[in-house]
Amino acid sequence: MKKTVILGALTVAGLAAGAASAGTLDDVKARGKLNCGVSTGLTGFSAPDANGVWQGFDVAVCRAVAAAVLGDPMAVDFVPTTGQTRFTALASGEIDLLARNTTWTFSRDVDLKFEFVGVNYYDGQGFMVPKELGVSSAKELDGATVCIQTGTTTELNLADFFRVNNISYEPVPIETNAEAQQQYLAGACDVYTTDASGLAATRASFEAPGDHVILPEIISKEPLGPLVRHGDNEWGDIARWTLNALIAAEEYGVTSANIAELSAAPGNNPEINRLLGTEGELGAMLGLEADWAKKAIMANGNYGEVFEKTIGENTPIGLSRGLNAQWTEGGLLYSPPFR
Amino acid sequence: MSEVHAQTVAYVRDTMLDQREPPLSQSGAYKWIHENLLSSWVNVVLTVASLWVIWAVLSHVVPWAALGIWSADSLAQCREIRDQIYGADASVACWAVIGERWNQLLFGFYPTELYWRPILAFVLFLVAIAPVLFASLPRKMLWFTLAAPFVLFWLIWGGAIWTPIVVALGFVIGWAVVTFAGPAIGALGGVVLAIVAPLLYWLLVAGPLADALATVLPIGLEPVKSNEIGGFMLATIIGVSGIILSLPLGIVLALGRQSDLFLINKCSVIFIEVIRGVPLIVWLFTASLLLNYFLPPGTNFDLMLRVIIMVTLFSSAYIAEVVRGGLAALPKGQYEAADALGLDYWKSMRLIILPQALKISIPGIVNTFIGLFKDTTLVVFIGLLDPIGLSNAIRASTQWNGIYWELFVFIGLCFFVFCFSMGRYSLFLEKKLRREHR
Repeated sequence: MKKTVILGALTVAGLAAGAASAGTLDDVKARGKLNCGVSTGLTGFSAPDANGVWQGFDVAVCRAVAAAVLGDPMAVDFVPTTGQTRFTALASGEIDLLARNTTWTFSRDVDLKFEFVGVNYYDGQGFMVPKELGVSSAKELDGATVCIQTGTTTELNLADFFRVNNISYEPVPIETNAEAQQQYLAGACDVYTTDASGLAATRASFEAPGDHVILPEIISKEPLGPLVRHGDNEWGDIARWTLNALIAAEEYGVTSANIAELSAAPGNNPEINRLLGTEGELGAMLGLEADWAKKAIMANGNYGEVFEKTIGENTPIGLSRGLNAQWTEGGLLYSPPFR
Repeated sequence: MSEVHAQTVAYVRDTMLDQREPPLSQSGAYKWIHENLLSSWVNVVLTVASLWVIWAVLSHVVPWAALGIWSADSLAQCREIRDQIYGADASVACWAVIGERWNQLLFGFYPTELYWRPILAFVLFLVAIAPVLFASLPRKMLWFTLAAPFVLFWLIWGGAIWTPIVVALGFVIGWAVVTFAGPAIGALGGVVLAIVAPLLYWLLVAGPLADALATVLPIGLEPVKSNEIGGFMLATIIGVSGIILSLPLGIVLALGRQSDLFLINKCSVIFIEVIRGVPLIVWLFTASLLLNYFLPPGTNFDLMLRVIIMVTLFSSAYIAEVVRGGLAALPKGQYEAADALGLDYWKSMRLIILPQALKISIPGIVNTFIGLFKDTTLVVFIGLLDPIGLSNAIRASTQWNGIYWELFVFIGLCFFVFCFSMGRYSLFLEKKLRREHR
């Protein structure tokens, strides 16, 4: 308790003068902890390790924001949320930021009064089938039994896809991903459909992953991103630009290995200088310290490093970058300029 | 007479035969099997079929569990080890996940170096509950039982020692009012004052007093937040608090439902019917979601406390109905006898009616408690990490993704131990009370 108070006091003392802002930012600083909503468990995105420390791709966003605001990536209280409780938790102020593989949709953004601060993972719904079925396209799945999680957008997408292609299917409703794995392996359904990242993680956990194929069709757009409450734009800006800083850092080649060197003195790339606070006043504009982005990047590395560590090709999940590559490499990641 | 007989009839034996064992077909295992398993051809068929089913289940489960692999870092490594030892087709458990995560399943994210606190709290809980459960223990232990809720709270959540002491002082105030001021201002006034005075004290005095004491004498344990508590510790805290709080509340509700006072009667009926008429999961969602909207923003009302309150209310409605069954089962003569003795309402309830009614209700009450304890797993739906929630979280880590039965078997066994002991205690209590009654 004392420690966090001192930490909070230090952070407040270290602020640039006149950077007064109201609302969430002040609350977080006063508390000395960021309350971050995550999934109760989604492979690669958020899960506690054996020591109870939360790890994952979504968790990394929380840690980066905490590092940017409080200077300490570990100053996060993770609030596990389920699909039902996540939005209420955010709306009621129980959490400051929700980073829980939440699809950015119109109604969530507008009607539920949230603000998506960006996209940290472009996902889409896919299909997995046993290889021995000999199916190479989702359009050949006429009459198939499909394992599907109930009450999700996946269910609606599936119905749309089969209707558009004028083929029929038989749904096998399941509750959790773990149950789906058991049902699918036991042969209760021919096809398992969920987000492609989830399919990859599920397939990786099988005894013989090679016996199963993920079909090429991606039937929906699932841009997953962190979100905050409507109406506190300063806080929204901090979350948005922390995510952008991670993405931009990868674009400019700022990694956790060279960041100490790059931030020691202004270099010859003005964009990097502004990002890392060796030049310009970007931190003060956000109400943060000048080296906010440096701390955010040092928390877990830049976007590419986080990706590689948590869900990338060297992990058991083995996702390729695909749509989540930088725009310079044919992906969709595109951070607005830091100036 | 016998001598005459022996001499006249030569073929009558004159000495007793030695006692002999009954024939094999009429004794021991043979007889038991013959009578119970093979007495008719239908039973023979049923026995053979049952044996086959048992064999089919055990021949899979026992090798799976007994040959299980205990030392591995991940499911993939488990499979490698299995391939080396038993070959790729073998189906064996990967108990390594329990080995790595059992402390998480038991304590949640409670700081490892502080595990002694919940363990000590559990031991103290057993000590505190023992004199309540077993009448043969010295009655002086009940003093510790009274202090136990505050000691246990302090051990588990930590913080300054003054908070629980200052809160406990409120109860002392209430008791003092009843004992000393009660006779002076009459029974009803005494009861009202005994409720109002501690409430005022808790609302106005307790907070500043605890803070002041904490600054003067900072004695305390390292505080642990509710969201660090999980696993069986969470299930036990919610279950035990619910059980202990719901019994008195349920009894009061049952008496209220039997009451002749219109207001009390109708309030009790409405409370019981509303709470009982809605599923527990709805109440949990209410606790976790709706209350957030009703409470003023920024109110930090601990989710665990909210859940404990909801679970308590829910099970007290059931307890009330179980106890009401017990009350209704008593012959009317018992009530009339109590009246004839000139006892007032509370005395007749305390001395005559309730002891008998509760004795009748024991199986129902324990049944409700067992149900309540298992229902604590429903908190997984509001994002609390109870054992089931943690099993999902563990399965979400890349090392253990794809593991399934091992976690459920472990959790099931732990729940079985708790619930089975509760059931056994209920049987013990019934037996004891029945004997005393004879």
